[in-house]
Amino acid sequence: MNSSVIVFPGSNCDRDIAVALEKSKFKNKMVWHKENELPKSDLIVIPGGFSYGDYLRSGAIAAKSNILKEVVKASKKGCLILGVCNGFQILIETGLLKGALLRNQNLRFLSKDVYLKVLNNENKFCNKYKSNELIKLNIAHNEGNYFTDQKHLESLEEKNLIAFKYCDKKGDILNDSNPNGSLNNIAGIFNEEKNILGMMPHPERMIEDILTNQDGMKLFNSLFN
Amino acid sequence: MKFSVTVTLKKDVLDPQGKVVEQTLKNMGTNSLIGIRQGKYFEVEINEKDETKAEKQINEMCNKLLVNTIIENFSIKRI
Amino acid sequence: MKITKEIINKHGLKNDEFKKIKELLNREPNFLELGIFSAMWNEHCSYKSSKIHLKTLPVKNKNVIQGPGENAGVIDIGGNDAIIFKIESHNHPSFIEPYQGAATGVGGILRDVFTMGARPIALLNSIHFGDVKNKKTKTLLNGVVSGIGGYGNCVGIPTVAGETKFHKTYNENILVNAMAVGHAKKDKIFYSKAKGINKSVVYVGSKTGRDGIHGASMASAEFDENSEEKKPTVQVGDPFTEKLLMEACLELMKDNSIISIQDMGAAGLTSSSVEMAFKGDLGLELNLDKVPCREENMTPYEMMLSESQERMLIILEDGKEDKAKKIFDKWDLDFVVIGKTTDTKNLILKFHNEVVANLPIAALSSNAPQYERKWKEKKLPIKNIKIKDFKKIKFDSAFFKVISSPNFSNKKWITEQYDQMVMCDTVQKSGADSSIIRIHGKKKAIAVAVDSSAIYCKSHPFSGGKQIVCENWRNLISVGAMPIAITNCLNFGNPEDPKIMGEFAECIKGIKSACEFLNYPVVSGNVSFYNGTNNKNIYPTPVIGGVGLINELKDPVKNNFQKEGSLILSIGKNFGHLTQSALFLEVFNYDDGPPPEANLLNERNNGENILKLIENNFINSIHDISSGGLIVTLAEMSINSSLGVKIKKPKSLSNLFEFFFSEDQGRYCIEIDKEKYDNVKKILQENNIFHEIIGVVQRDNFELEKELKISINDLYKINNEWYYNY
Repeated sequence: MNSSVIVFPGSNCDRDIAVALEKSKFKNKMVWHKENELPKSDLIVIPGGFSYGDYLRSGAIAAKSNILKEVVKASKKGCLILGVCNGFQILIETGLLKGALLRNQNLRFLSKDVYLKVLNNENKFCNKYKSNELIKLNIAHNEGNYFTDQKHLESLEEKNLIAFKYCDKKGDILNDSNPNGSLNNIAGIFNEEKNILGMMPHPERMIEDILTNQDGMKLFNSLFN
Repeated sequence: MKFSVTVTLKKDVLDPQGKVVEQTLKNMGTNSLIGIRQGKYFEVEINEKDETKAEKQINEMCNKLLVNTIIENFSIKRI
Repeated sequence: MKITKEIINKHGLKNDEFKKIKELLNREPNFLELGIFSAMWNEHCSYKSSKIHLKTLPVKNKNVIQGPGENAGVIDIGGNDAIIFKIESHNHPSFIEPYQGAATGVGGILRDVFTMGARPIALLNSIHFGDVKNKKTKTLLNGVVSGIGGYGNCVGIPTVAGETKFHKTYNENILVNAMAVGHAKKDKIFYSKAKGINKSVVYVGSKTGRDGIHGASMASAEFDENSEEKKPTVQVGDPFTEKLLMEACLELMKDNSIISIQDMGAAGLTSSSVEMAFKGDLGLELNLDKVPCREENMTPYEMMLSESQERMLIILEDGKEDKAKKIFDKWDLDFVVIGKTTDTKNLILKFHNEVVANLPIAALSSNAPQYERKWKEKKLPIKNIKIKDFKKIKFDSAFFKVISSPNFSNKKWITEQYDQMVMCDTVQKSGADSSIIRIHGKKKAIAVAVDSSAIYCKSHPFSGGKQIVCENWRNLISVGAMPIAITNCLNFGNPEDPKIMGEFAECIKGIKSACEFLNYPVVSGNVSFYNGTNNKNIYPTPVIGGVGLINELKDPVKNNFQKEGSLILSIGKNFGHLTQSALFLEVFNYDDGPPPEANLLNERNNGENILKLIENNFINSIHDISSGGLIVTLAEMSINSSLGVKIKKPKSLSNLFEFFFSEDQGRYCIEIDKEKYDNVKKILQENNIFHEIIGVVQRDNFELEKELKISINDLYKINNEWYYNY
């Protein structure tokens, strides 16, 4: 399978994502934001970082780039799209996912390992996880506090479009286990067709035991089949 | 009494955000654009009937907290 | 403009220095030239007070590729891999505007490292604040921490280790020292030495504004009440542009376009151009009309002295201009040829078709003044007070007081604001004795740590200087790394005061003796004098940043307890030294007496054998014993795991406080399997290393017979609360 990682000025998790994709056997290409054409891809990843310094609003400027128009087109044709951290923010600014990512509730940048519950494993991104599996990934963001209107929030819950929720080490989804103030402890969401996933935690940081664990690797292995 | 406070970066202070926004708008085809500088806007309501006194208090708030006078200027307006 | 006495003094130049300038030029300098002299001759750029002492430091071992004198030091870590690193201070700017001051400090040190061809792989910092009760401290702490994070996180370099300390000596003069570590290929290292005549001198990066004009002179002047007025000179950092500049430079460095490259740091365009010309024994001619400016009507004076960030000067090989420009265009950065190299050995500046400055390079650099300042030796304080002389206090309350104090509280509040994982090679995050960074795509890794101990250095500078090198060395050993070399940031008060100069000279002597004995040379560094306000100087605070090598990274040794039931040993002799200890300072408020003395022979012997034990998998976990003594070491090993410890009362020393709080040097605490004890004991005894069994690892509780008992959860809580409640 072919994957493309979109690189913006200020992206800084592009290499990390590429390592993870190659480890799960994707044939990966890096695509510079000024390109007008996407290489043939089954999966497009928008990596984390600080595209355009996160100036104005995180992701806002990257969302206006040439290549994003192509990403939107590809998404309509059913191409898989993963946005991690700043990538999630960009997907939101593009309108491919709904909602907003506000500043963390404590108003500080937050970098730590967090526990997550996999709420939906019947999709292309999470099929190697067990239902309700407890995993540990790393977060590192300033604006990861997911917000949306009540109606949309209800529909996310009803339609099972929430991929991950922050929880504690026992798997309980509590206020205390919410690192950034996200509504309903949401850490990642799908679009209705479930071909787009945006998530704040970094799966690419959890692919080796020597660094941490391999909980993120299952996501890439799910995508590759 | 209600006031607006507009905070802008001092003239010679680098504005990284403004710079990037300006470049992006230019790339998007806004040819007439000369420049953009980013700032902050506050609405402040205080319990005070005398306008001069009120303004003095807000001035103080600005100097103490709202504004980083090392790099920013501000202006106060009654609204 | 007529050069008056007042103008000369405003430029921080002494009258006899101005006289020397006139002699060197055979005429009076003009205003621009005076500005250039003041930038080059100030303490920050010229090292005029420190040079004669710095020269005595060892700078070589078999791994050193480049010692002091370049943008950063370079060491060989085998194969085609080199590590490039340096530490630098940004103290004064951070006190004035903590966020931007700290941020631009990080930016500057990153540029020093990628200028030489390295991709930065780790950031570290050492930050010192005033008393926590001081009104300014909280704002400064918040600003500095978010500034460090804001910059490093955005550029995408993990901030992996550091130290944060509070002491009233820093009330009016905080310290912000940032260290960057990069990885380069040995055959692709870039230097600042210019070569060849008529080569293009290129300006790249951000535009020049009126930021930080005379920042370097500011860093070399004491603060006074009016320093608030100096505020407009603070620079604003733009980490986004830094990231682009870094990528563009690294892209250009892939082929052979660059002859030499230098970042525009302190004293901006002035010091970078002089540096390149001086090293190459050449001249430079710059056309200032070409300098990309952010503001209108900037004068040559402003352009030459601006400290706008994220800029570089490059000398290119012939015919490479177009190719290089394409790369910088791709990254939306300015790229302008602003001059050429010449054989005049002069710096010639043109503006509006006129020569506005013409100065011999040597006058600015090698002829800069050098001082052998007077200094006074500090005698070792002999007041060796005993614990028995103090009012009785219960052991557990003393322990709780230390472990919950700001200086000993868990730094998670800080480190969680730093991205420690980006680049996915951080094997050991902050919180251990050292952090471990893997070389990308390889089996080998480096360990990095930064340390300081101003308290010891104040009490006796020679012992303190020696001790801090030893502690840094020990911290690398404790994660299983072979220490290779250090960088140092020497933060001191006013060198014109013989007492302060004495602190400097003797700290250097101490550093030298330890570096020589441990084969642990200094490859880069920075001196920051004039830290203080109104004649109140800060404690001498040399900060040491060390790099060590782990040749084959398997399962790195842990710093927290691993197995219930395993044995805990202390390694190295305990003499019960308590003066200048955390116990005396935090609990009894007593700060007289000598610091503990590092015995270099024991230090090396203990360290080398610990390394062998680690390599042979004898050790489950290890932590060095330093500030706070054995009890704090044990507590930290517990807090970071979920295991407690059952400690036995010692046989050797009768007094519990002396045994558990002493800060004697060269010691470690190790956890081993019971079955391995006989082997370990044999190795230690064969090598004349003293050890004692301290206790065993147990579940849930941290306890010492009848003296102390607390659950691990509660211990974690009291150690973790301070920052969140501050």
